[in-house]
Amino acid sequence: MSSLSTPAPSRSGTTSASAIPSASLGISFDGVEKRFGSLLALRGVSLEILPGEFVALLGPNGAGKTTLLRIAALLVTPTKGSIAFRGLSRVLDGPTRRQTEIVYGDPKPSIGMVAHNTLLYDELTAAENLWFFAQLYDLDDISRRVARALESCGLASRAGSIVRTFSRGMRQRLAIARALLHDPRLLLLDEPAAGLDRQGLAWLGETLARLRDSGTTVVMSTHARNESLDLATRAVSLAGGRIESDSGSGGDPRPLLAALRSEA
Amino acid sequence: MTTARAAAIVLTKELRMEFRARELLSTTVVFALVIVVLFSFAFDPTAGESRRYGPGLLWIAFLFAGSLMLNPSFAREQANQTLDALRMAPVSPFAILLGKMLANFIFMAVSEAILVPVFAVLYNISIGGIVGRLALVLALGTVGLVVAGTVFSAIAAHARMRELLLPLLLLPILAPLLIAAVEATASLFAEQPALDRAWLAFLAGFDIVFLTASWLLCDFLLEE
Repeated sequence: MSSLSTPAPSRSGTTSASAIPSASLGISFDGVEKRFGSLLALRGVSLEILPGEFVALLGPNGAGKTTLLRIAALLVTPTKGSIAFRGLSRVLDGPTRRQTEIVYGDPKPSIGMVAHNTLLYDELTAAENLWFFAQLYDLDDISRRVARALESCGLASRAGSIVRTFSRGMRQRLAIARALLHDPRLLLLDEPAAGLDRQGLAWLGETLARLRDSGTTVVMSTHARNESLDLATRAVSLAGGRIESDSGSGGDPRPLLAALRSEA
Repeated sequence: MTTARAAAIVLTKELRMEFRARELLSTTVVFALVIVVLFSFAFDPTAGESRRYGPGLLWIAFLFAGSLMLNPSFAREQANQTLDALRMAPVSPFAILLGKMLANFIFMAVSEAILVPVFAVLYNISIGGIVGRLALVLALGTVGLVVAGTVFSAIAAHARMRELLLPLLLLPILAPLLIAAVEATASLFAEQPALDRAWLAFLAGFDIVFLTASWLLCDFLLEE
C-alpha cells in the first residue's frame, strides 16, 4: 500500500491556541518501492530525514536518487510503502482537552525543488517566471520578493529578458531562485550544480550554507563531487534502488563523501 | 487560494505566453481559413447548398482548428517539465485545468470570430439576424470542444506520439457534440431561422457532464 501521511504530533502546550512551531520539515520513507513498467527504480527504501538535516544523496546514474526526490516532492506516488512529513501539524489547545484541535497542514507550500529541468517557461522573462510562481504560492509583497530573488541570483539586470536567451548557468541560477522564492522548509535539489560556472557554484554554496544555518531541511542528490557537499551533515548512498550506506543522523558523512571524491 | 483565483493566474500566464509567441492563434486561424476557402472553391455552393452543407463544414473547420490548438496546451508544459512546477504549487489541479480551458476557449473564440464572417461571405449565408443565437450555439459547442480537448491534451501530454494520440482520443468523444452543434447551427442557417432548443440543451448537457468529470478526475489527469 502506498500512502502519504502526517504523523500525529505530540500534544503539548497549555495556553489557549498555542501552536508548536517548526522551522523545517522532516520526511520519512517507509519501505518505499517504485516500479516503472518492468523497471524497479526503488526497492524498499526506508529512510528518516530529520528536520534541519542537510542530506547528501549519493550514487551513480540510475541509482534511484531522482525517483526518491520526486516521491518526496509528491510528483510520483510510490508503488509500495509510504512517506510521511514531520513538522506539518500544529496543536491548538482549547480551554479543555476535548477542545484541543490538531491541525494538519498541506506539505506543498513547504517544499521547494530544483529538478533536472529548470521548471521555467522559456517564453516568459525572468521576472515574469518568478512573479507567476509567487502568485501561485499566494506570497505577499511579490514585487519585493521577486526583486530580492533576482538580486540574490545575480540576474537583476536581466529581469526583463526572455529566459530562452539565457545561458545554461543563468537558467540554473534562476531555477534555484524560483525554488527558494517561497522560503521552503524542505528543499529538494537534484544535481543543482549542473551547468553552473565557478561563480555560480560559489553562489550555490553560499546560498545552501545560509539555508542550512537557518534550519531548512536540504536533500541534495549528486553523482559527482562539488563544494556544496561539504555542507552535508549526513550522507546517504544509493545503488540499484537500495540504500547502500548511510552515515546516519548525527553521524560523520565525511567517509562517504571521501569515497565519492576518490571515485571522481 | 480559491480555485477561481488560481485559474485566473494560470489563464494570465497562458495568454501572456501566447501573445508573445503567437504560435497557436496564427496557425489555427490560417488553417481553419484554408479549409473554408478551399471548400468554397471546390464546390462553389449556392445559398441552398450552403444551408445544407455549411454547418457541417463550419464545425469540421472548428474541430480541426481545435485539435491543432489544444495539443500544445499541455505538451508545451513538457519542454522544461513546468507541469511538475504547477503540480507542486499549492493550488487545486482543477484550477490548472480550468485556467488552460479558459485560455483555449478565448483562443477558439478569437478564431471563430475571424472565421465566421469569412464563411458567411464565401457561402452566401446571411448571419445578420442570427448573430446572438449563433454566438450562443458556438459558445456552447466551443465549451464542449475545449473542455474535452484540454482534458485529453493532459492525458496525451505524457505519450510519445501525442500529436497522433489526441485526435484519435478526441474525435470519437466529440462525435455527439459535433452532431448537436451541426444540427443547432443548421436550424439557424435555415430560410426561417429558429433556435433548436433540444440540441441546445444537449450541448449544455455535454458541457456540464465533461466539466464535472474533469473536476472529479483532475487529480488523476495531471498525474505522471
